[in-house]
Amino acid sequence: MSFSIGTTSVGRGPGGILHGLGDDEDKGRVWDAHVVSRMLAYVKPYRASMVTAFVLTVISAALGLAVPYLIKIAIDQHIVNRDLVGLDLIALATLVAFVGLYASSAIQQYLLSLTGQRVLGEMRSQLVGHLQDLHLGYHDTHIIGVTISRVFSDVGVINDLLSQGLITLASDVLTLIGIVVIMLLMDPRLALLTFTVVPLMVVATMIFARHAKVAFRETRATNASVVGDLAEDLAGMRVIQAFAQEGTEQEHFEEVNRANRDANVRAMTLSFIFMPTVQFLGTLATAVVLFFGGRAVASEALTLGVIVAFLSYVTRFFQPIRELSQLYTTMQQAMAGGERVLELLDTRPGVPDRSSAVEMPAIRGRVELRDVGFAYRSAEPVLRDVNLTIEPGETVALVGPTGAGKTSISNLIARFYDVTEGAVLVDGIDVRDVAQRSLRRQMGIVPQDPYLFSGTIADNIRFGEPEASDEAVREAARMANADEFIERLSDGYETQIQEGGANFSVGQRQLLCIARAVLADPRILILDEATSSVDTMTEVLIQDALDRLLAGRTAVVIAHRLSTIRNADQICVIDDGRIVEQGTHEELLARGGVYRELYERQFVSASAV
Amino acid sequence: MTSTRVARRAAARETTGGMTDPQILWRCYSYLRPHWRLTLGGYVLLFVINGASLLNPQLIRGIVDRGVENKDLQYLSWMVLALVGLTVVQGVLGYFQGKWIEQASQNVAYDLRNQIYKKVSSLSFSYHDRTEAGQLLARVMHDVDRLRFLDGRASMRLIEGAVMFVSTVIVVTYMNPKLAVLALLSMPILTLQAYYYSKRMRPVWMSLRDKISTMTSWVEQNLRGARVVKGFAQESAEIRRFADQNEDWLQVSVDSARVRAINDPLVVLITNISTIFIIWYGGRLVIQGGLTLGELVAFTSYMSQLAGPVRTLGRLIPMLTEASASGQRIFEILDTESEVKESPNAVVLPAAEGRVRFQDVSFAYFGRKTVLEDVNLEVAPGDVVALLGTTGSGKSTIINLIPRFYDVTRGVVTVDGYDVRDVTLSSLRDQIGIVLQETTLFAASVRENIAFGRPEATEDEIVAAAKAAQAHDFILEMPQGYRTRVGERGSTLSGGQKQRIAIARALLKDPRILILDDAMSSVDTETEQLIQKALERLMEGRTSFVIAQRLSTVRMADQILVLDKGRIVARGTHEELLQTSGLYADIYERQLRPQEVKELMERALRSGASENMPTSVTGIKIAVAGAVAGTGA
Repeated sequence: MSFSIGTTSVGRGPGGILHGLGDDEDKGRVWDAHVVSRMLAYVKPYRASMVTAFVLTVISAALGLAVPYLIKIAIDQHIVNRDLVGLDLIALATLVAFVGLYASSAIQQYLLSLTGQRVLGEMRSQLVGHLQDLHLGYHDTHIIGVTISRVFSDVGVINDLLSQGLITLASDVLTLIGIVVIMLLMDPRLALLTFTVVPLMVVATMIFARHAKVAFRETRATNASVVGDLAEDLAGMRVIQAFAQEGTEQEHFEEVNRANRDANVRAMTLSFIFMPTVQFLGTLATAVVLFFGGRAVASEALTLGVIVAFLSYVTRFFQPIRELSQLYTTMQQAMAGGERVLELLDTRPGVPDRSSAVEMPAIRGRVELRDVGFAYRSAEPVLRDVNLTIEPGETVALVGPTGAGKTSISNLIARFYDVTEGAVLVDGIDVRDVAQRSLRRQMGIVPQDPYLFSGTIADNIRFGEPEASDEAVREAARMANADEFIERLSDGYETQIQEGGANFSVGQRQLLCIARAVLADPRILILDEATSSVDTMTEVLIQDALDRLLAGRTAVVIAHRLSTIRNADQICVIDDGRIVEQGTHEELLARGGVYRELYERQFVSASAV
Repeated sequence: MTSTRVARRAAARETTGGMTDPQILWRCYSYLRPHWRLTLGGYVLLFVINGASLLNPQLIRGIVDRGVENKDLQYLSWMVLALVGLTVVQGVLGYFQGKWIEQASQNVAYDLRNQIYKKVSSLSFSYHDRTEAGQLLARVMHDVDRLRFLDGRASMRLIEGAVMFVSTVIVVTYMNPKLAVLALLSMPILTLQAYYYSKRMRPVWMSLRDKISTMTSWVEQNLRGARVVKGFAQESAEIRRFADQNEDWLQVSVDSARVRAINDPLVVLITNISTIFIIWYGGRLVIQGGLTLGELVAFTSYMSQLAGPVRTLGRLIPMLTEASASGQRIFEILDTESEVKESPNAVVLPAAEGRVRFQDVSFAYFGRKTVLEDVNLEVAPGDVVALLGTTGSGKSTIINLIPRFYDVTRGVVTVDGYDVRDVTLSSLRDQIGIVLQETTLFAASVRENIAFGRPEATEDEIVAAAKAAQAHDFILEMPQGYRTRVGERGSTLSGGQKQRIAIARALLKDPRILILDDAMSSVDTETEQLIQKALERLMEGRTSFVIAQRLSTVRMADQILVLDKGRIVARGTHEELLQTSGLYADIYERQLRPQEVKELMERALRSGASENMPTSVTGIKIAVAGAVAGTGA
């Protein structure tokens, strides 16, 4: 006779069990006191819930174990003695025990999930918040996918341990001890005989856990190659067809596909060995009870009720053993995940605000770079002795080859990085003395790669000014020459932008980024002109919009267009981390240096046509 | 936008539940046909095992009644042995049953994936234009998995549950009808509970999954756009936005936790209460002599055996609907007809000379307005044709029609006088080389990538192609030379390097007709010159169609076509067009000339260092002098 006590026993297929057993990626410590104590801090506010859940766990375990004992009494005292009233009472008592078991496990489960999910949410929010504080350099040097897996997977594993794992551990250990004690109390000899099966169960579970780990790693790996191969071929389908290579690629796919099928069959086959083994060991235990117990009952050394109770207890050995072996891997994963999460949380922003940082007052727009030197991660300097003054409302064009240091200059002005030497001053104030956000709130940037967020067009234009009215958004779009194409769209400003802006042309994306900057109405603008080619009409629109955007603002432009360069108040020719020439278009032409040479070549080559 | 709508529609279809089209379901199962031996074997074993499990409680009954009660110790020993033996037999058979069914269904998945792959790679560009790769991927993986589950374990468990239920009902009714009714009462409740619970929770699970994936992609965008976020000082707003989504997720998640906390232990409660009934009523019967103790034990044993499969039954029924929805999506792909189909009488295009003609060609993309109208074009072998025009003017359309990536709506495209629809696709495309702006390389060695169009090419041929494409030198500098693996989508190479490998790939094919897009992503001047040289070599002696972005290309063209709104509005050489076409002059002024600025500047700076300044030391000196002078000014 068996009753289910735990909630985890509910209908798991063989695959489910093995998946749990085999699901670990990390071989590592099972316990890391530092990680655990930092993680437990998150659970602290929910202490009351956790303690209640623990108490309920003890109650559930006790009630679950009491029932077979009640049945024993029913058989030995009432059925055998033909006591109908006693039977009724026992049935009632069992019913009460079951309802109590239901209530305690329901509440316990609810409390645990609630706590777990709250903690999960908080950790995620905290991580995302922390990511916003990190300086740009962090994002330049860390793979985004990896960071994302910190926020989602690693946090998830930690949560599994905190909310479920620890309680499961308690519940399993209590249940195992409870069973052993009750069985020993009821009949020590039969109990000891039955326990001989337990080591077999432990060994079997461990062996299978080890094999399953390997097998499921294989299925995951082969599955990943199927997805990878397919994703690649779908992305490159035009090339495959253009080169008439469908056949070869099909063969390759079939190969990968076959490997995945075989790995799946192998892994599942393991579970088809494991399940019957578990069943066999259970039957073996049952057989021991029946064989020895039956003899004892026949010789009236034991009652029938004890045997029935034993049969029921024996079946309950498996689940805790299986769960404990699962818990082991959960803990390994959680420790590794926790360590990674902590590492991220403990990463200090490379460009921190000083404790004495003040709010940047309203910017007039004078920008000065004074003897600036700069190196990324203390390696080779990318900027040396840069001196540059931009008066309010002026436009400076930075020109020079790739890698010369143009982008670094613009990064320093926005304080995405801190200078290694010298200082960057805005209105005479060192940018390191003010709160970064108060500085950037008055700046605007138009990136070279026109970046759009998914959401509506209006959301994107409003990005820097989330409170702006619809009218202001429309006005900004008008100023940026984007209104025309937006209004032609069936959903207008409410058109959804696909990830990365894939449903718009490069030119349209540029116009939207300009509109975004127009609406933010920055005092200082950093503009990285796009190099990708757009068609003539859009080009005209972009230039026109840029002229309007630059008017009246201090602007630093990484310039590629001749018109932008010619119209700039100052041109800085940058090479190898230095400003090699500086002045207006006319001045530089008059000087007869590098700029003049390149301008003439442009002029000559154009007129030679 | 469209993709989310499609996804929503798909989700709606999935959750509507209820009846499923028997035809679809039938087709889902039809894929088991090639693996009927394994399937049949599995189901035969299923019945045998079921019979064995019915026998089990009877053995226990015997042990209790005859062995223990009547003290027949020899009988006891034999029955215990029989019990163990039966379990062994059950286990061994169960192993084969599970394995065969699994093999059959994994084979179904394998077959289906291959079929979908084959189908998708035979479908023309217009199919790929309107289908997102992500969706296709989801179908091949996710939907196929569901169908596999349906054809394998799901159906096995369903039938197992049903067979077990019916046979147990018969046996226990035979043993004691009244007790049977009482005991079996809980079974339909369990099934129904599981059914409604799964039905209610599945949409919740799906919405949780959606919310997580929304959050993930949100974080991804936030990180990718970190420059913009910081540049506009929107960190706090972003944190709030994320917190909103997180809160949203938490709501649903907590709700689902409540429903689960109530329901999961409920199953246990129902099973247990049913056991109390058996003990209570059965106990009375035993006391009154209507039942033996062994029969009572056997009864509870039957019930505990039945509980699992019966619960699974309820959980699986909603999955049938989902699986057939998955099936439907898969069949949709498999049943798609390619718009570009090889004619049954297609001949092999003989080695082409490279004469290309467009005769009154019009074209409209799938279900959209006409993008090419009445295009007439005659290109002699070896000529270079430059195509110019705004986005959407029809340049790409023209080049897509030559390798027959699409079929014309009206008119004829011929190669050496053959209508492209009358020759086999592979013989046509084998003679056309293509280099596009967005370079796709495959995760394989450099060698394999170059030999992509001609896997049988010799080492010498590959090296020669790489040399001609100006790629040989940088390939040799890589850690394993030609055997270096190129990362996923060629990520370990720079844009310029990828482009040169793509040129080598086209060169190796030695095509008679060449199609290329000379717009270069931002590469430095030196690389650009190398690429330019490689392209020029590639075009030598071949009929070439170039979507031109650069002056140098336009100048060397034998024929320039200026396109506007799907028509050729001007044609001629560079000099001719500067005189005759206003649109061309405009494009030249605004697009071709300004694009040279960057290149010229860089060239000036580089050559400034090498020509005007003999040594680097002087270079630096002069540069410093310039900088000083600059600050002074």
